[in-house]
Amino acid sequence: MTIKKSPALVAIDGDAVVKEALRRIEQPSRRLFLQRSLTLGGLSLLTGCAIVDQDSVEHALMRVSRFNDKVQGWLFDPRQLAPTYPESMITRPFPFNAYYGEDEIRQVDANSYRLEVTGMVADRHAWTLTELRALPQTDQVTRHICVEGWSAIGKWGGVTFSSFLSRIGADTSARYVGFKCADDYYTSIDMPTALHPQTQLTLSYDGQPLPPRYGFPMKLRMPTKLGYKNPKHIQAIFVTNTYPGGYWEDQGYNWFGGS
Amino acid sequence: MTDSTHTIHPVWLRATHWLNALAVVTMTMSGWRIYNASPLFDFKFTKAITLGGWLGGAIQWHFAAMWLLAANGLVYLLCNVGTGRIVRKFFPLSPRAIVADLRAAFRGRLSHADLRQYNAVQRATYLFVIADAVLLVLSGLVLWKSVQFPLLRELLGGYEAARLVHFFAMATMVAFVAVHLAMAALVPRTLLAMIRGR
Repeated sequence: MTIKKSPALVAIDGDAVVKEALRRIEQPSRRLFLQRSLTLGGLSLLTGCAIVDQDSVEHALMRVSRFNDKVQGWLFDPRQLAPTYPESMITRPFPFNAYYGEDEIRQVDANSYRLEVTGMVADRHAWTLTELRALPQTDQVTRHICVEGWSAIGKWGGVTFSSFLSRIGADTSARYVGFKCADDYYTSIDMPTALHPQTQLTLSYDGQPLPPRYGFPMKLRMPTKLGYKNPKHIQAIFVTNTYPGGYWEDQGYNWFGGS
Repeated sequence: MTDSTHTIHPVWLRATHWLNALAVVTMTMSGWRIYNASPLFDFKFTKAITLGGWLGGAIQWHFAAMWLLAANGLVYLLCNVGTGRIVRKFFPLSPRAIVADLRAAFRGRLSHADLRQYNAVQRATYLFVIADAVLLVLSGLVLWKSVQFPLLRELLGGYEAARLVHFFAMATMVAFVAVHLAMAALVPRTLLAMIRGR
């Protein structure tokens, strides 16, 4: 039998401990591990046997999800437009949704804001909000479909993403466009969707500058993809051939996430 | 060699039946967890009877089992039509025969002496549940790819209407399974026939 030496508790900084604990709780991988343990617990009850290798089941499901990415890429018709609606059908209030609560919405300073553009592009200069707002803008009233099942109609305005990509001299033969956000969210999309005519770098909501709850100063709006593929508070855009993943995608949401 | 005169269900039918059962159970249980993420009505499914643990896991199960459901369903329909079984087993079928057999069933007088013959209620119910499964797949396609299948989306009345169609088609399927299991329990020979073929 071994006796553990009790650690020198007095030397520990209380605040640091709480901070570390909070950080660990917030780590999605830990939450996910717990959730998946529950799943497999349920599954073993279901089959009544001491189960199926957990990792191999997860691995197989992930592989099917990758296969589903390919099928969706193949089904995706770049000329097929999402339906648009009259303004009278806009959902009011439009729901807030993020991986955090409304009390944690990030505040981005408009004056110091710079949009970084990197990767396989010719022009890597960082954009100010004034420069972005000076680009030609279009509006769309489209349906936002959440992975949870609900949907809501909203009106977004901004720069057609394909025109922005050609303005920065993006290599459109690259496979992915990735996004990094001020709320630590990140995601990535396929190039055909990036070039879709309804894919928009959104700067306004319902005729007003995009409010913080919908992603000030700029989000990406794609009526051809589910909500979690539409990043808010975008700080950096990069064009790449290396799979960048995403916040939810790395936890098991389907990467293509198209509708 | 199997004596074909004694075979009630050919091998392809039994295989597709049990694969379909697996697909339906997986689709339903994972579907319930997906439903719970944004309930259409004022209730949720008890977590213990759902599959996937969290929304992302449930979607992975749902979008994996959908291939089994669709591919197996297609094989079933092709074999059924190709062998002429669908005509032999399900027709003729008249409303009068259905009412007569339903009456007999409620009086406990419906004969199951020859399991190779479906009575009129069975014929109608099995055809109905095949149509329900097709509706589940089509409404599911609209929920998955509402932009890519505009015709289907408009036929079902749009994305939100397709959610309701998908839900009620699921409820219909679950009701069928409940009755189907009760009937199999009442006439256990039918279960044996679906396993052994005789």
